[in-house]
Amino acid sequence: MTVLFYIAAVVAVLSTLMVVTRTNLVHALIYLVVSLFAVAVVFYTLGAPFVAALEVIVYAGAIMMLFLFAVMLLNVRADSPVKVPGWAWVGPGILVVVLLAELVYGLTRVSQPLAGHEVGPGAVSDALYGPYVLGVELASMLLLAALIGARHVAARARDEAEEREAYELRRGRAGDELVPSEPGEAAEEGKA
Amino acid sequence: MAAVSLNHALVLAAILFAIGFAGLLARRNLIVVLACIEIMLNAAGLAFVAAGARWGQADGQVMFLFVLAMAAAEVAVGLAIAIRFRQSLQSLDVDDADEMKG
Repeated sequence: MTVLFYIAAVVAVLSTLMVVTRTNLVHALIYLVVSLFAVAVVFYTLGAPFVAALEVIVYAGAIMMLFLFAVMLLNVRADSPVKVPGWAWVGPGILVVVLLAELVYGLTRVSQPLAGHEVGPGAVSDALYGPYVLGVELASMLLLAALIGARHVAARARDEAEEREAYELRRGRAGDELVPSEPGEAAEEGKA
Repeated sequence: MAAVSLNHALVLAAILFAIGFAGLLARRNLIVVLACIEIMLNAAGLAFVAAGARWGQADGQVMFLFVLAMAAAEVAVGLAIAIRFRQSLQSLDVDDADEMKG
């Protein structure tokens, strides 16, 4: 188990490094899937099999597929110019190394062993629908709001284009007999 | 299993968070920026699960589930914004959106 943890940790760190350094978008996202799988193995070795399964199903399955579909929908070419110049890493690199050094110093001063026993899906469900049931309700509202918000933001442009197209089509077919619904546009047409 | 200490799991979470943060600061592609936010959220969830495993309680895993729901909501809205961004600015470079035009 211990060896498995360290192997998965190394895989997670290396693949995450690949995510932030690849210029090909699809390659970066596939490396992110590998990183999430590695973190799922880490969860399993920490004695949390339920979240390990959820990490694979929800993160690597649902969220990453959403990313890949968005990339395909956006029609991003593999050779699109997203090159990152080397100097762009200097500032963030210094800041992040300082931050990481502080975190590692703070986290390794006192050694804490793990409890050593597994927390299964039953215990997690008891907690989730016991003291945390309000959080579940709030999460459902958040997801509903995100669903409506995402639909509204992404579909507005297409709806406007479709409506304009349909309006042009109706006007073209009916000719002069069609009375435009909006008086402002009628006045403009009369002028033209 | 007991040989894996809480510190090592938390250090792993810190390293993943730092990599995601560096990517967030350095990269300019909107999709990669969203992916870096996902890496950071995942690292925070890893810290929750590790802390829950330290005391053998389910609370850490419950918190990870909330982080997961929030990440799903965030990525849905974020990718919708990416689609609008691409339609209106014909690019995915976040530096192209440095003016507010409504």
